[in-house]
Amino acid sequence: MSTVFIPAVLRANVGGVKSLDLQGDSIRAIVDALVERHPSLSTQLLTEGGELNRFVNVYVNGQDVRYLAGLDTPVAETDEVRLLPAMAGG
Amino acid sequence: MPKSYADLLREARTQINEVSPQEVAALAPGATTIVDVREASEWEQGHVPAASHVSRSYMEQQIEGVAPDRDQPLILYCAGGVRSLFAAQTLKEMGYTNVASMSSGFQGWKGAGLDFETPVVLSMEQKQRYSRHLLIPEVGSAGQARLLGSKALLIGAGGLGSPAALYLAAAGVGTIGLVDFDIVDLSNLQRQIVHTTERIGERKVESAKIAINALNPDVKVVAHEEMLVAANVDRIIAGYDVILDGTDTFETRYILNDAAVAAGIPVIHASVFRFEGQLTTFIPYEGPCYRCLYPTPPPPELAPGCSVAGVLGVVPGILGLLQTNEALKVLLGIGTTLAGRLVLFDALETEFTELQLRRDPACPVCSDAAVAARKAGVPLQVDGVNVEAPFLMTGSFGSFGSAS
Repeated sequence: MSTVFIPAVLRANVGGVKSLDLQGDSIRAIVDALVERHPSLSTQLLTEGGELNRFVNVYVNGQDVRYLAGLDTPVAETDEVRLLPAMAGG
Repeated sequence: MPKSYADLLREARTQINEVSPQEVAALAPGATTIVDVREASEWEQGHVPAASHVSRSYMEQQIEGVAPDRDQPLILYCAGGVRSLFAAQTLKEMGYTNVASMSSGFQGWKGAGLDFETPVVLSMEQKQRYSRHLLIPEVGSAGQARLLGSKALLIGAGGLGSPAALYLAAAGVGTIGLVDFDIVDLSNLQRQIVHTTERIGERKVESAKIAINALNPDVKVVAHEEMLVAANVDRIIAGYDVILDGTDTFETRYILNDAAVAAGIPVIHASVFRFEGQLTTFIPYEGPCYRCLYPTPPPPELAPGCSVAGVLGVVPGILGLLQTNEALKVLLGIGTTLAGRLVLFDALETEFTELQLRRDPACPVCSDAAVAARKAGVPLQVDGVNVEAPFLMTGSFGSFGSAS
């Protein structure tokens, strides 16, 4: 199980928790598992074509998956996955 | 048997190598540490360029700050070449293996017609005001003079801008520009500590100016009472050394990013949401820019501002101070900035998390292709829209409300 950190702005969609343990060997599998459990996240995270929205960054162990293999980036059991949209407030 | 001054001098001359001013002037820059051991009042009248100052009276206490490596070549000088000989003996005792004294001292240097520098001299009042900075070797009077000659621009005199304005002013950053078109509201005062209850209803830039000048009259405040838009951004940011982004709308963040990258001005970015914040430093072409990090803004429901979502007052306080820390490092040219690193702060857990950021090789603003296109007068487009008008591409998400 990999730990997926949910940004504050999306926590209402996952019952208020800060992180979830999800099964999956790639970012795509993790995101699919997340959306399956919490369907309201689908439009926030993914485009209609099933790609990651450009305004949500995904990091595996602190590295942006855009510079790894995107949704195909492999995820190991102990990896930390972090979803991170931009913040507005100042 | 007691020794006379002449005995001591003779002894020192047998122990310490002496070099002429001409030999010192011919040294490769950087390979040898040159230390002026005269008193501060003499140093202020002029000194050898590239020399550090450690007066003989503080030699034992402070030398390790400027010469940590005891085997690095070290040349000391004073006014005439005597005090530096004695100081060199002391350093030899402290284990410095390669220490010499410049014969005939600074008088000999000037007499040989060699270039010298006159440091910016702080007033007595400034020396007192900034004394805790002057004690730090990495700042010192040269660094303080640099801060006094620096210009920082704050985008927003709100939650992030409040602590930044006060601490930049306290630090003696000579010019602080403030961009804000809003007025002070009672609901601001839970976190915007540069304003006061008395000044509710006043313009934020004027209110902040009163607070800054009350704290430090050395600081010149430039009030830009306007909304930062594509049409005025180049004019507003021109001439500033560093910009602190404390705005609360994405539109402003993208407009600022694009213009600052083109102008080569570092932007210290922070944003907050409830108990959390994000922070990084964008140094054009050295690290990523805001568009590399977030190519497009999120829809409003995914990124509400403080007026919609709320924020714990201390969160912009903490993030605003971390921004100020970054700004001071950029201005002083010391330390390691957050360029290429995004720091997340979680106040509920008191937890900092660091993520690695990269320059997007296809960035429409800071990539090599984007720079070339700008030079050629045909800026790149994002999703078919010129990057100067970043918000057309998010039109479908509706308007972004001010969240101050």
